[in-house]
Amino acid sequence: MGTLIDIKGLSKVYERGKQKVEVLHHIDLEIAEGDFLALMGPSGSGKTTLLNLIGGLDSPSGGSISVGGQQIGRLGGSALAKWRAANVGFIFQFYNLMPMLSAQKNVELPLLLTKLSAAQRKRNAAIALKLVGLEERASHRPAELSGGQQQRVAIARAIVSDPTLLVCDEPTGDLDRQSAEDVLLLLQRLNREHGKTIVMVTHDPKAAEYASHTLHLDKGSLVEQVTA
Amino acid sequence: MKYLHLIWAGLFRRKSRTLLTLVSIVAAFVLFGLLDSVSIAFSAGNSVEGAGRLIVTSRMSMQQALPESLGARIKAVPGVTDVASANWFGGVYQDARNQVISFAVSPSYIDLYPELTLPADQRKAWMATRTGAIVGAALAKKFGWKVGDKIPLQSTIFPSKASGGQTWTFDIAGIFHAKDPKAAGREQMLMFHWKYFDENNAFGSGTVHWYVVKVADPAHADAVANAIDTLSANSDHETKTQTEQAFQASFIKQMANVGLIVASIMGAVFFTLLLLTGNTMMQAVRERTSELAVFKTIGFSSRSVLWMVLAESVLLLVLGGSIGLGVVALVIPGMAAASGGMLPIHGLDPRTWGLGVALMLIIGVVVGLLPALRAMRLNIVDALSGR
Repeated sequence: MGTLIDIKGLSKVYERGKQKVEVLHHIDLEIAEGDFLALMGPSGSGKTTLLNLIGGLDSPSGGSISVGGQQIGRLGGSALAKWRAANVGFIFQFYNLMPMLSAQKNVELPLLLTKLSAAQRKRNAAIALKLVGLEERASHRPAELSGGQQQRVAIARAIVSDPTLLVCDEPTGDLDRQSAEDVLLLLQRLNREHGKTIVMVTHDPKAAEYASHTLHLDKGSLVEQVTA
Repeated sequence: MKYLHLIWAGLFRRKSRTLLTLVSIVAAFVLFGLLDSVSIAFSAGNSVEGAGRLIVTSRMSMQQALPESLGARIKAVPGVTDVASANWFGGVYQDARNQVISFAVSPSYIDLYPELTLPADQRKAWMATRTGAIVGAALAKKFGWKVGDKIPLQSTIFPSKASGGQTWTFDIAGIFHAKDPKAAGREQMLMFHWKYFDENNAFGSGTVHWYVVKVADPAHADAVANAIDTLSANSDHETKTQTEQAFQASFIKQMANVGLIVASIMGAVFFTLLLLTGNTMMQAVRERTSELAVFKTIGFSSRSVLWMVLAESVLLLVLGGSIGLGVVALVIPGMAAASGGMLPIHGLDPRTWGLGVALMLIIGVVVGLLPALRAMRLNIVDALSGR
């Protein structure tokens, strides 16, 4: 497997008023295509910042990030949005579904940015919902679903446009043990059977066990690498 | 169009708040529709027949009298085919609230208004009765008057020699109708003989308030008007001759500047609407910060997010405004009928629709712009982390 994500000398500095806070210090990291990487570390260690940079939600203060050969740190806002739409699926701790839309319509959201017809969008969303085991709940709104089900809808939304990379920020942080396990098994299946490269931030060592690699961050630096 | 369901969902995320805002918009546009319709009605021309009529008044003011003898000289002006005169009477029937639009007119006055029909036998009876009066059908219906009734009117201006007070007595000799609904307002009038008025009026005699002049060719109305005004140039009774439409407009302006009143009220209403709707949109965007951040995360461009918020605001205004103007369109015929022709409105004018739609779009963009810019500039990382 080749390298999908190539990070060199990456640093990130936030300015809070007059104060400058360096959150990441010269990170060097390679993530292979098809990898399932867990990022762990204490609060404030820079896990989410690194994840945001990998997902193209934020731009680096120094160094470079290449994803699939594309230097995403150099892309402008509009180009970066297009790149995210085509290449990355996002899964958040609190699901971030649109409360007024049904599960089906939530999953269709990324497809609105494509040239697919309404019928094709509906069909693809149905396939994604079937993959996460929620085809029966397509017409339900988020408020009518359990936390675990909402997170599976969010996963369906993340994979519906068939991105190479899935970026997950504490995907099980708001779930009970059983739901968390279901979600992690689903992610594992997406990684193993569908070849998705997954980068997952988690506080939970049990969640990290589902990944093939675990990286620890502390005070903005990589401290240790564990291979499953 | 493929984003419409997202815009609609965003709009009705807080149903109660959106519905309350919608009610405010509907109310504002109902008010706008009604006031603009009244304004248009008062500033509009009268009828096709009116195009060939000129009104001659004193240059000083409408209340300033002109000599009755001027009528014969006006009739001799080339291009004039007929002349009639009238005096404002200002009658009240039984109660001060029952104002009657009443004129003392020369015998041929009604002939200059072919849009009004009076049966020949009633006309003959009117001509033969010194105290005879003819009344519009709407007015007769309002007070239950019939041909043959004797009615007293209190003049607000002219004392009667016969009664020694303000009371004038008339015999209803005929009831006239308007052929065209556009002339229905004239059915609120009462006309009686100028000769009776002149003889019985304790305030002097031999004067009229205005002349109505029929011209042979409306295309030459300006030249005829100039010729009429030349007749009394440099005299103590200089005249001002204008088309009937211009006369009506200036007459209404003497009572009130309807356009200014409408503009002032609507200015206040729409300013309040701007603040109210603007506040609703700001709140709506503020509480959806994380949802908008998710749109951007998924790959919606900042510009798409801006357009979606703007479209939401415009949709809210268009929805409320259209309902408001729709209500006015339904209500206006009933109002016009209830006014007995006093309100010459015949449905919602296309100009009101046009101006209304323009206002909906402008207000929609104005109130949506600030929250839309805020949404466009949203930093994804900050918004997702709740900062």
